[in-house]
Amino acid sequence: MARFVAMLLLAFASLAQAGEARPVAADPVLEARVSKLAQELRCLVCQNQTLEDSHAPLAIDLKNQVRDMLASGRSESEVVDYLVARYGDFVLYRPPLKATTLILWIGPLLLLAISLLALLHHIRRGTAAPADDGRIDAEAARRADALLGLHPGKDSP
Amino acid sequence: MKNRRSLWIPLAAFAVLAAFLGVGLTLNPRELPSPLVGKAAPAFSLPQLHAAGEVIAPEGLRGQVYLLNVWASWCSSCRAEHEHLMALAGTRELPIYGLDYKDERDAGIAWLHRNGNPYIASAFDAEGRAGIDWGVYGVPETFLVDAQGVVRYKHVGPLTPAVIEGRILPLARELARHG
Repeated sequence: MARFVAMLLLAFASLAQAGEARPVAADPVLEARVSKLAQELRCLVCQNQTLEDSHAPLAIDLKNQVRDMLASGRSESEVVDYLVARYGDFVLYRPPLKATTLILWIGPLLLLAISLLALLHHIRRGTAAPADDGRIDAEAARRADALLGLHPGKDSP
Repeated sequence: MKNRRSLWIPLAAFAVLAAFLGVGLTLNPRELPSPLVGKAAPAFSLPQLHAAGEVIAPEGLRGQVYLLNVWASWCSSCRAEHEHLMALAGTRELPIYGLDYKDERDAGIAWLHRNGNPYIASAFDAEGRAGIDWGVYGVPETFLVDAQGVVRYKHVGPLTPAVIEGRILPLARELARHG
């Protein structure tokens, strides 16, 4: 019972928060479209958050703008074009593939390819080189003993 | 180590990374390239701050090079740039218009009364719709618009004498000559 009450309270708490922070359109289908699009758009004030996550005043304004535009029958791509025309590609969480963003898109793949090649090269060279048999020569053993403070030539007690 | 030269590779990689990060540190993440520069100033039609019955619109400002400064009474960095705007207004070289962004009318008027009013007129954008159209994301922002109504320069953040003297005024003079 206590658990049920707690769950109920939690449910109301989240409702209260949702009502305060973002006005939800009466139409759940529209709201789903707004949320989906808002997840692709960057909040320009808190730059590492999406519009969907952010509660900054500008993010809420922009989300309302998105909702109004979708409600008035504009398509998702029209809304995105509208925002890009005003805020630039930065507003997109998924930047478009073009000359200025090429390094952004292929950079990681390039690094991965280089690393794989280097790794391959390293492995090949490792197998080609004569295997280390684990033994050291007498001179090196004497030096090691001397460094360790053992007396060379004497047997351990 | 079989190949001493390969020892330098991690160091070289680190140097490249450090160079990139070093440059990154000097960039201001709030300064985004505005897609508006070079494009026509977005239209709005808003009541004036001091005269609710009168409308102010960018079309009505055509034919002159002017500065549009986005400000608000709640914006603390606007205080920082205000004395420079007042100084610029005092020279009468460049007309300055204001866009009071997401403000309360009384608070905006009181703020200008207290700190001085450098604006020929301020548009009152209570809901911030015009702000969205202008791509405003951090107040204060300042736009230089030419006589044909094209945005020529945008500055995000408080204006400094260096920005006014070094960027805005030279560009405004050039635009006035050619316009």
